Amino acid sequence: MKLADILQETYTALSSNKVRSGLTILGIVIGIGSVIAMVSIGQGASGQIQSSIEGLGSNLLTILPGVIQPGRGIVSSGRGAAQTLKNEDIDVLQGIEGVAYVSPEVQRRFQIVSPAGTNTNSTVIGATPEYEAVRNVVAANGSFIAESHIRSMGRVAVLGPTVAQDLFADSDPVAKTIRINKINFKVIGVLQSKGSAGFFNPDDTVFVPLTTMQKILAGVDFLSTIAVSVENKDLMPQVQESATTALLVKHRVDPQNPDFSIVSQADIIGTLTQVTDTFTIFLASIAGISLLVGGIGIMNMMLTTVTERTREIGLRKAIGAKKKDISLQFLAEAVVLTFLGGVLGVLLGWIISLAVSSLAGIATSVSVSSVLLAFGVSAAIGILFGYYPARKASGMNPIDALRYE
Amino acid sequence: MIECQNIAKTYKIGEIETHALKNASFKINDGEFVAIMGPSGSGKSTLMHILGCLDTPTSGQYLFDGHDVSKLSDDELADIRMKKIGFVFQAFNLLPRAAVLRNVMLPLIYAGVSKKPREEQAKDALRKAAFPEGFWNHYSNQLSGGMMQRVAIARALVNNPTLVLADEPTGNLDTKTGLVVLNTFQELHLEQGRTIILITHEQYVAEHAERIIHIRDGSIINDSQVKNRRVVNGEL
Ligand SMILES: Nc1ncnc2c1ncn2[C@@H]1O[C@H](COP(=O)(O)OP(=O)(O)OP(=O)(O)O)[C@@H](O)[C@H]1O
Ligand SMILES: [Mg+2]
Repeated sequence: MKLADILQETYTALSSNKVRSGLTILGIVIGIGSVIAMVSIGQGASGQIQSSIEGLGSNLLTILPGVIQPGRGIVSSGRGAAQTLKNEDIDVLQGIEGVAYVSPEVQRRFQIVSPAGTNTNSTVIGATPEYEAVRNVVAANGSFIAESHIRSMGRVAVLGPTVAQDLFADSDPVAKTIRINKINFKVIGVLQSKGSAGFFNPDDTVFVPLTTMQKILAGVDFLSTIAVSVENKDLMPQVQESATTALLVKHRVDPQNPDFSIVSQADIIGTLTQVTDTFTIFLASIAGISLLVGGIGIMNMMLTTVTERTREIGLRKAIGAKKKDISLQFLAEAVVLTFLGGVLGVLLGWIISLAVSSLAGIATSVSVSSVLLAFGVSAAIGILFGYYPARKASGMNPIDALRYE
Repeated sequence: MIECQNIAKTYKIGEIETHALKNASFKINDGEFVAIMGPSGSGKSTLMHILGCLDTPTSGQYLFDGHDVSKLSDDELADIRMKKIGFVFQAFNLLPRAAVLRNVMLPLIYAGVSKKPREEQAKDALRKAAFPEGFWNHYSNQLSGGMMQRVAIARALVNNPTLVLADEPTGNLDTKTGLVVLNTFQELHLEQGRTIILITHEQYVAEHAERIIHIRDGSIINDSQVKNRRVVNGEL
């Protein structure tokens, strides 16, 4: 039997029962469509989180006071409470080979009031000029904190775009005076927007010189974070190790029980990638279940068809059809159904992921590999769930089949 | 040549056994035209299915061209049916969702004949079966019983079989069309030397064959040559 003839038979058989074929295809469409949509949403979300974290500065080591408890994540560091990072640590770190910049930071939340009286409660970061290089921030207007401000304990502030918008609306804040914790600060610059990193919005911050923060605003002599940028990615593990050793010596603490932690950007991305991957797998497996249900729908339809067409199968065998001819015919019907379902399902999934990205603002991406996978899976489902009915049909005895009522 | 040696067929449904055929032995040579007669339920169709390699006897041997059919695989039997046998079923067994032409072409599809020649062969067979040309593209379930019967005959002839088995091929036809069909069988037999086996209830139809086998309750009770054989040509 020729391929064209098999396809002709398949077309005749499927089109003679359009509603049933359509409903069976729908099962596969929903299955494939949801797999494509879910995977694209998961991949899009993880890509977005990854790029926004990388945007905060790659080649970055973050040193935090206190210990990160294994298994409890980064958030559980006793920030603020722990006072173990001191200004002297900066020089120690600067001396390590491979370190490009060291950015010591002190972070607090304060009430900020504009000249017009509007106020906002934002994060205020005491920083040095190195912050600009380490954290990849760029001044859109005016300039960032300079070395002279640090030395003179200048009362100057640089605004994140969100704060600038909140306090000054659309007018230019540079050279205006704001009050942070009831102390006057002159605005010297506004930063470019960086976008939210999910849990922390770098745009909703105000920067002041580190010395001003420590002596005047917060009245402390410790640091909340030291960010270290490394000359290149390959040196990261080496620098992390040297920094750990140097700080252990400096702090005179037991290596088994350090009073600080060093987190690399790779660690954070790794953790988040794990989370988003788990999330993607979870979504995909739920979608996979609906694909399985679609496959069972195919099998159900094919079994019904085989039973209904028993006499026809008997006749075909009687006039010379071989087992292979009969099983190929029914297998072809199942595969054509799943293939059509696969094509429409990819379209549906693609439309859903476009809709999600425009409505929910998650950048989704339908990858070629997930489309190929969907086709592979749908063809496999057709063969898998079509095989048993096809075998059942091809094994019939012609006379019994012809007498079937 | 086909040969039956003590073949029997027993159907068993639950506790009840039906002996459809008992100990039938006969030989039919290539190129013979044989009629099988007998009352309803005497086992004619059962015998025909065995002769057509569609079914196997419960006991005894059936030799088709020297091969013991019970030793052949399903696919080998399918191959014999495809190449050598044309079968006209008592119940026609047409594909209801397919046009007449497609029904007739079906055996050729499985034989792998390509589109053009198989359409020619199908049209040829339909003409031989006296099927009116205006209905070639009708669905087979829109036809009268007699027309369906002629489609079934055309389908049996389409692969140029050496053995034609026809189960009551004229049962639904009026005398005139019946004669056209009988003429086709006689021509196939005389001019092309095909073996033809015909089941019928009517003595008149049976007399168009060379030989009549009478069967009753599954046993052969008479097997003899026809003395005054009818030839259609004169009657038409
Ligand atoms: N598949 C089957 N299962 C059980 N019994 C069967 C089967 N096929 C035929 N029989 C029985 O075998 C006997 C012979 O049947 P068969 O169809 O050969 O008769 P027939 O001579 O062709 O009759 P008719 O002239 O009415 O067609 C009958 O008693 C029938 O009931
Ligand atoms: Mg019968």
